[in-house]
Amino acid sequence: MKSLYSILVIITGLLLIYAMSAALMPEFHLGPLTFQGAPTEQTMGSVQRIFYYHVPSAWTAFLLFFINLGASVYYLIKRCQTADILALVTAEVGVVFCTIVLVTGPIWARPVWGIWWTWDMRLTSTLVLWLIYVSYLFLRKFSTSGQTPVLAASLAILGALCVPFVYFSIWFFRTQHPQPVMGGGGSIDPRMLHVLLVNWLAFSCFAFLVCWSRFRLEKLQRELDAAHAMRSLMDEPAHPRSAR
Amino acid sequence: MTSNPYLFAAYAVTWLVHIAYLTTIVRRYSRLKREIGDLKRDH
Repeated sequence: MKSLYSILVIITGLLLIYAMSAALMPEFHLGPLTFQGAPTEQTMGSVQRIFYYHVPSAWTAFLLFFINLGASVYYLIKRCQTADILALVTAEVGVVFCTIVLVTGPIWARPVWGIWWTWDMRLTSTLVLWLIYVSYLFLRKFSTSGQTPVLAASLAILGALCVPFVYFSIWFFRTQHPQPVMGGGGSIDPRMLHVLLVNWLAFSCFAFLVCWSRFRLEKLQRELDAAHAMRSLMDEPAHPRSAR
Repeated sequence: MTSNPYLFAAYAVTWLVHIAYLTTIVRRYSRLKREIGDLKRDH
């Protein structure tokens, strides 16, 4: 298992280096090999290259939130601890990717739209989605009730219902945000599409690895908590029944 | 590669956020290992 993890780390590292090089340069060299990267967009220029981090981060966050939904529903049905840990982990990593979307978006908007932020439907709904999952994590961290996983799973279902709304908001409302590059009638240069998909693959592999590490950590933490609880029970003095 | 401060900022922020999150995982793991060591020693 440990060697599989190491192999995945190496593959993901190489993929991330290749994806970033392809996103930043129209042509690049890795050792003796020459690769084609994304061409420079004619209207926006090089700042458009933020697209190759912004969009894959959003897709990865959505993917993680859907896994979170599946794990939460499974937990509500079966009360399976593994599903609960998976839900927590995917929400946490999903929030990290969603944070990147919310930060890189305004950095891209400033030179292109002339403003950092506008309260249009896509941007506002993404912020609301982020806030829902941040509240989910706060609930998991600070609530000590035994019902916390059930409450969190219910909140996760609400959060996941927002994901399609965020994605389709640019179809249903007039927004400042551009139309989707895929499935929305838009077109994209095949080289740009290739770089976009490679970056998504690299980010998805990276997210998988981080989730794996975080899953192991959470499992270990729960085992340790159980050991502490057991030790407290053993150390507790016997009930003074004889004193009655 | 054309240098653009916004492009640089977006890529830098992305990796800073990831590195910050990975650092929290490493710190939590170190704390957990210490706690496990303490528990084994006390046992």
